[in-house]
Amino acid sequence: MSLKDAVARFVHDGDTLVIEGFTHLISFAAGHEIIRQRRRELTLCRLTPDLIYDQMIAAGCAKKLVFSWAGNPGVGSLHAFRRAVEGGKLELEEYSHFGMVARFAAGAARLPFWTLRDYAGTDLPRANPRIKSITCPYTGESLATVPALNPDVTIVHAQRADPQGNTQIWGLLGVQKEAAFASQRVIVVVEELVDERVIRSDPNRTLIPAAIVSAVVVEPWGAHPSYAQGYYDRDNDFYVAWEAISRDPAALARYLDEFVYGIPDRATYIEQQPALAKRLTARAQVCAGVNYGF
Amino acid sequence: MTTVASRELRDGEVVFVGIGLPNLACNLALRTHAPSLVLIYESGAVGAVPERLPVSIGDPALVTGSLMVCGMADVFQLFLQNGRIEVGFLGGAQVDRYANINTTVIGSYAKPKVRLPGSGGAAEIAIHAHRILIVSKISPRTFPERVDFVTSPGQRVAKVITDQGVFERDASGELVLTALYPGVSVADVRAGVGWELRSRPALDCVEPPTATDLRLLREVLDPQRLYLKG
Repeated sequence: MSLKDAVARFVHDGDTLVIEGFTHLISFAAGHEIIRQRRRELTLCRLTPDLIYDQMIAAGCAKKLVFSWAGNPGVGSLHAFRRAVEGGKLELEEYSHFGMVARFAAGAARLPFWTLRDYAGTDLPRANPRIKSITCPYTGESLATVPALNPDVTIVHAQRADPQGNTQIWGLLGVQKEAAFASQRVIVVVEELVDERVIRSDPNRTLIPAAIVSAVVVEPWGAHPSYAQGYYDRDNDFYVAWEAISRDPAALARYLDEFVYGIPDRATYIEQQPALAKRLTARAQVCAGVNYGF
Repeated sequence: MTTVASRELRDGEVVFVGIGLPNLACNLALRTHAPSLVLIYESGAVGAVPERLPVSIGDPALVTGSLMVCGMADVFQLFLQNGRIEVGFLGGAQVDRYANINTTVIGSYAKPKVRLPGSGGAAEIAIHAHRILIVSKISPRTFPERVDFVTSPGQRVAKVITDQGVFERDASGELVLTALYPGVSVADVRAGVGWELRSRPALDCVEPPTATDLRLLREVLDPQRLYLKG
């Protein structure tokens, strides 16, 4: 399925949407397609909104943001996010990383909440009344709780999948497994489509099974400026450049015009930037492999 | 600051690493007095040996050659909440008299003057790591009497390492000056702190970096001066 069709079919106005991937494997291709299709009133959830949600907030897609760390990793601020919050234009629901991870874990297990030993002495529960506590029925200890997060749709970028959607990821794993299992619908965007035999040759690497996948989309370089381990490096130069772009609303609008609205798809985005492959393509470092025989 | 922080790490410890100076401090310790230090990043890399300085906490170089890569549910539940992390590094826009850290907002939460990134893993690192080290430059803006928002509580803070001196918590939990850098006076440090900073009666003198420290930092760890200044 094309990304255009997958977003048209599975991402709706007003949805609770998750594009996960902790620094690694963030589906910028899907975020850009959602901006192009002008989805509105979305509740955007991610541990780290990163540049992709900064762009979606700037493009007017977001009603609310659910998150735990909203910065430009290694660089500084997300300025579209900051303008929206400091101007009172974006609703926030804020946790810590562990809190967000726990919300996805509860959602994936179809439990109403998750318990964690956290938040004692912090002001986070005052800022977010959905962080509550419970008395342990066995020990009497007071434990923090966070509510399950069950998104309408989760989008995950991955190195490879078979046509049915059995999806393999290596490198940093983030919370993609929990987010996908918590979600009503799952779109998987991959660098490479592979035969089912490739998946079966290394089943321990499968993170998301076909049974929970609604659509498989093939989109090489679909995570840029994020990265795909073994395929291409993180475009740190672009993350640094985003500081000046996002600080200036006019520059940000020009960026969206040129790299999102002005082009039809990710293939065009990559064709327009031929230097990326030369600069960022990963060198090979192949693992020894394991014996699955019996 | 980087060498002072690195000396706080003991060989064989498990340390939760942040980016920037803490990352440099950990990699310096690994190459000098603590070759068995285990570096864990919240992104899921355990026993990382990054061959380049990671710009972000999720850099691909943290994965290549590491001992283990796990999902973030495992990082927070099986390592941090399990009590396996001995040292955690934190920084912040504000650190107060009782070592509470603010990385959330300047001003009120509902109508912030400056919206900062938020907790990330900092709240739970402050609660679960056995010893917290804070690395931060001295200024009255950074060290107010009270933070505007407690993102990470200060009760496990072992040391605050600044560019002029080192603070530790006394029995009441208050930060007091315990060591000075060569050439820095108590008055200099007090001028950069927003409360009546008390000093321990006998102040230690911070040892300057060795020639090996400087060579490693400047030539091996941060040759492009991403984090080191001067």
